[in-house]
Amino acid sequence: MPSITEILATMEYGPAPESETLARDWLKRGPFGQFIAGSFTKPGTLFETRNPARDEVLAEVSQGSAADIDAAVKAARKAYPAWAKLSGHQRARHLYAIARQIQKRERLFAVLEALDNGKPLREARDVDVPLAVRHFYHHAGWAELVAEEFPGHAPHGVCGQIIPWNFPLLMLAWKIAPALAAGNTVVLKPAEYTPLTALLFAEVCIEAGLPKGVVNSVTGDGATGAALVAHDGVDKIAFTGSTEVGREIRRATAGTGKALTLELGGKSPFLVFADADLDAAVEGVVDAIWFNQGEVCCAGSRILVAESVAARFTDKLRARMDTLRVGEPLDKSTDIGAIVHPRQAARIRDLVAQGVAAGGVVHAGTAPEGCFITPQVMLEVSPSNPCFKEEIFGPVAVVSTFRTPDEAIELANNTRYGLAASIWSENLTVAMDMAARIKAGVVWINATNLFDANAPFGGMRESGFGREGAREGMAAYLRPKVAQGKATAPGKIDALPQHAASDGIDRTHKLYIGGAQKRADNGQSYAIVEKGKLKGHAPLGSRKDIRNAVEAAHKAGKWTAMSGHQRAQVLYFLAENISARAQDLRAYASASEIDTAIARAFYYAAWADKFDARVHDTQGGHVTLAMKEAYGVMGLICGQEAPLAGFLSLVLPAIAMGNRVVAVPAQADPLAALELAQVLATSDIPGGVVNIVSGPVTDLAETLAAHDDVAALWCAEPAVTALVERASAGNLKPVWPVPDALTQGTGFLHAATQIKTIWVPYGA
Amino acid sequence: MTHPRNPGAVLDTSSFVRVNRPASDRRAASLVARRSLKGAHQAAWLLNAIACMDLTTLAGDDTPDRVRRLCSKARRPLSEGIVTGLGLSEMPKTGAVCVYPTLVAPAVKALQGAGIPVASVATGFPAGLMPLDLRLAEIRYAVDQGADEIDIVITRAHVLGGDWAALYDEVAAMREACGDAHLKAILATGDLVTLTNVYAASMVAMQAGADFIKTSTGKEGVNATLPVGLTMCRAIRDYRAATGHIVGFKPAGGMKTAKDALNWQVLMREELGRDWLRPDLFRLGASSMLADIERQLSHHVTGRYAAHHRHALA
Repeated sequence: MPSITEILATMEYGPAPESETLARDWLKRGPFGQFIAGSFTKPGTLFETRNPARDEVLAEVSQGSAADIDAAVKAARKAYPAWAKLSGHQRARHLYAIARQIQKRERLFAVLEALDNGKPLREARDVDVPLAVRHFYHHAGWAELVAEEFPGHAPHGVCGQIIPWNFPLLMLAWKIAPALAAGNTVVLKPAEYTPLTALLFAEVCIEAGLPKGVVNSVTGDGATGAALVAHDGVDKIAFTGSTEVGREIRRATAGTGKALTLELGGKSPFLVFADADLDAAVEGVVDAIWFNQGEVCCAGSRILVAESVAARFTDKLRARMDTLRVGEPLDKSTDIGAIVHPRQAARIRDLVAQGVAAGGVVHAGTAPEGCFITPQVMLEVSPSNPCFKEEIFGPVAVVSTFRTPDEAIELANNTRYGLAASIWSENLTVAMDMAARIKAGVVWINATNLFDANAPFGGMRESGFGREGAREGMAAYLRPKVAQGKATAPGKIDALPQHAASDGIDRTHKLYIGGAQKRADNGQSYAIVEKGKLKGHAPLGSRKDIRNAVEAAHKAGKWTAMSGHQRAQVLYFLAENISARAQDLRAYASASEIDTAIARAFYYAAWADKFDARVHDTQGGHVTLAMKEAYGVMGLICGQEAPLAGFLSLVLPAIAMGNRVVAVPAQADPLAALELAQVLATSDIPGGVVNIVSGPVTDLAETLAAHDDVAALWCAEPAVTALVERASAGNLKPVWPVPDALTQGTGFLHAATQIKTIWVPYGA
Repeated sequence: MTHPRNPGAVLDTSSFVRVNRPASDRRAASLVARRSLKGAHQAAWLLNAIACMDLTTLAGDDTPDRVRRLCSKARRPLSEGIVTGLGLSEMPKTGAVCVYPTLVAPAVKALQGAGIPVASVATGFPAGLMPLDLRLAEIRYAVDQGADEIDIVITRAHVLGGDWAALYDEVAAMREACGDAHLKAILATGDLVTLTNVYAASMVAMQAGADFIKTSTGKEGVNATLPVGLTMCRAIRDYRAATGHIVGFKPAGGMKTAKDALNWQVLMREELGRDWLRPDLFRLGASSMLADIERQLSHHVTGRYAAHHRHALA
C-alpha cells in the first residue's frame, strides 16, 4: 500500500473492495439441489458455477434432468388451484413479503450476483437489486388489483420461465412477479452460468412463507430448458435470451396451445443529432454499451451520428472511454467487470475481428488479463459490416454517420431486430418524430437503459413479442375467459370443373389486391358448391398472389399514418355501404351475418380513436408513454364459419388500429369476402389496406406465416395453427390463435397493436 | 503555475451548447456513485482538498481579528497529532484565504511568509450591481492592498438578457484591472438557473480571459451543485479544445462535508483529469468544510470518531 504522501503525488483512487464474507459463508451451503415443492432436493449430477473475474469455482449446482422438470411441473400444477383461488389481496401479501425479504438481503444478493456474473458490484447494488425489489412491489399491487382491472381474465396455469445470465435476479423478478400476481404458478430455469441468486431467491421464498410449489426452480443447461419447453403440463412459456433459442422455442411450442412470450436479442440504434448535448450523449453511450459489459439485450450498440458533429462526438467518446475502469467487479470503483464466461469473451473477440476485417477501425481502452474485454468503439462501420448487424453482446459499439433525419431512420431500421432505441436531440419536435418512426419496443429520448416495473419492456420484429412490466406485462400472464368458437374443417379444394351449375348471369370473383380485382397468378379457379348447386367460382390463389398482396399492403402505409378519427369515418362509411349493398351480399351471406358485419364496423369505428396510448407513472421528471402501434402488415387466416362475419371480425379490428392486411377468407366459401371487395373499393378504404387472397388455406397460411415482411399473423383456422406457428419462427412474428373469431372485443385490438414505450425525461 | 495564463479569445457565441438538464443530473449522480475512496486513499484525497481550499470568510461581521484567526487556521489546518499520524513531513496549508477587500491587508500581514495567497472578492460582491468604474476601482484597491487573486462577480442581467458582448466587455475590463492578480469569475449560477445559461456564461467568461470560473458567491439561493459543476467543467474542456487555453474551476458555497470534498474532486478527476486536482487549477471555496475534513482525518489516525470541540476553530 503506498504512503499518503505517495498517493498525494498520483491521486489514484486505490482499492475499494466490497466485503464478500457473507456471500462466501452462503456458498458453503452448496452443492445445491433443485428447489421443488418448497424444499431443496438432494444434489444430483453436478456442474460448476464460476466467478469469471477470478477464474474460480463458486459452487456446484445440479444439472436438472427431465425427471426434475417433471417433478417441478407437477409441484407447480398441484399448487396452482389453491394459489389461483387465493384472493388478490392474499397474493399481494405474499409478493410484498418477497419484496421485503429481498430488501433485507440486498447486499448479499448484490455480492452474489457480482461474483457469479462478473458484473460490477456497483451496478448489482444500484440497478439489479433495487429494480428487482421494485418489480415485486409493483406486482404486489397488481395482485391486489388484477380481478378489478382484468375482468373476464384468468391465469394461464403453470408457467415455464427461462431466464438469461446477464441480469439473473432482475430477469427472475420480471418473470416471477407478474406470473404470481396473476395467479399462475412457476417453474423457473435459471441460466447455466448464473444460477446462484435464483437459489438464494428460493430461500427467500421459504423465509417469506410462500406456499409450497408456487415457485419451483430447476438449474441446468439448455437441455433442462428444452425439457421444460417440451413438458405437456406447462401452459405458458416465457423466455428471455438469444433470438436463435427463441426460434427453437417457437418451433417446439407450435401447435401445443402453450402461450408464448419471447424477449430476445437486439442491435439497438443510438441516434445523435447535431443539436444534441454531445457530452450528455457520450454519457448515454457509456450507459448504453458499457453498462453490464455490454451484455444487455437492449444495449445501444449502433451509434448513428449526424455527419456534421461526428468528428467532435467521436473525439469526446474516445476521451471518455479512457476514463473507464475495467477490472475486479467487487471493487466499488469498477465501471466494467468481467465477461460472464470465456466462451462469451471468445465470441466477442471473434465478432470484433470480423468487423475489423470488413473495414471497421477499432479504438479500445484498457483491460486486465483474463475474462475481461476492453471497452471499444468501432468507427467506419457500414451496414454491410457484420458488426453493424450482429448482436455482439459485449462492450463494443459501432459508429456510422447519417446526413438527414430520413437517412437516420433508414439506417436505424436497417436491422432484423427491434428492441430499443435511443435518440439524442435538444429538439423534441424532431426527437418525437424519430421515436414514432423507429421500429423498437422501447425508445429513450435523451437517455438510455431506463427501466421501471411500470414501463412495458419488450421487442418488435426478431427481438420477440409480449411485454414485461406494467399493465401490458400483466396481460401476458392472463388469458381471456373466452369459450373456444366452433370449427369446421376447411375441406378439400378441387380446381377441376364440377358437375353443377348456377342460375343467372355468370358472376366472376377475383382476388382483391392493391385495391384492384386480380386474377389468380396461376389462372385457376375452384368451384364453390353448396347443396349440389354451384354457388360460384373463387380464384385459386397461390404463393405469388400472397407475395403481391403483401407488397401492395406495404405500399399502403398512409393508412397507418392516418388518425383514428379518419379511419373511423372510413369504417362508418363502409357500414353504410354494406347496408346499401345488402341485397347483393344476401346471395353470399345470411341477413344476420350482414347485420353483424354492420355492427362490427360501427364497433371498431367507435374504438378507432379510443384504444389509445397510456402514460405510465415511472419516475419523477419522466413522461413514459405506452403507445399502441399498428404492426404494419398483418396476415389474417379466417375460419370456415360465417364467411362474411368471420372475415370482417378479423379484418375490421386489424385495420381500425391502422394495420394493412392480407386476408385469406374461408376456403370453403370465400365468395362473400370476395363480393365484399367491391364494397371496400367504394368505401374510401385505400387500395392495399385490405387484400383478399382466396384458395387453399394450408398453402396460403404457410406462405403468409413464413413471409419475412409480414409482422403479425392471426389464425382463426385451428387446422393450420400448428403449421403457421412453426412457420412464423422465421421472422418471429407473433401468431394469435383467435379463440373465437365470431365475437368482437378489445382482445382483438390488443392483438392488433404492439406497445412502443417512449421515455421522455424533462427538466429546464 | 505550470501552465500559461488564459489570454482569452474573441467572443464566440457559436460555441454555446444546449445542456440537457436530466442527463446532467443523471451523470452527476452516477459519477460520485462510480468511485469510492477508502483508507489511506481517502485520507490523501482529503489532504488534497485542504491544499485546494480557499478558506473563506465573507460575512458582514468580519473583523481584522476574525480574519487573523482564519489565517492562522490556514497556516495550521490540522493538529500536529494528525499530521504526524498521517506520516506527513510538514504541516499542510490551504490553497488560499478569501476575504472582503477591506480585510485584505490584515490577511496579507497574517499570512506573511506562509506562501498562502490572499484572494479578495470584488466588483460589488455579491450582487455586482454597481457602476462599472466603481467595480473596476474596487479591483484595483484590492490588488493594491496585496490581493493575489480577485473573485469578481458578473452582471447576471447580461446573461439573463443574452447580452453576451456586454458580459464579455465587462469581464475583459476586470481582467485588465486585475493586472498580475488572477481573476476568478463568479457566475452566480443559482441566479442563472439553467445549465444552458451556465455553459454560455462560462464560455464568455473564459473568452474574456478569466483564470478561473467559479460557481457561486455563497449568497444565492442555490450554491455549488454537481450538475452545475459538471456543466462548467465541460465548458472548460470545450474551451481548451477550441483554443488550447487552460482555465481553473472553483465551486463555492454550501459545501460543508468531507464527502463533498471527495465528490467534487472525483468530478474534477473524471471530467478534467489529474491536473485539475492541483491548487493552480482547482479551488474549493468553503469555510466549515475544513472542520469536517479534520474530524475525518482524526478518525483515520486514531480509529475513534472525533468531536468538533477537540479541534481548533477556523
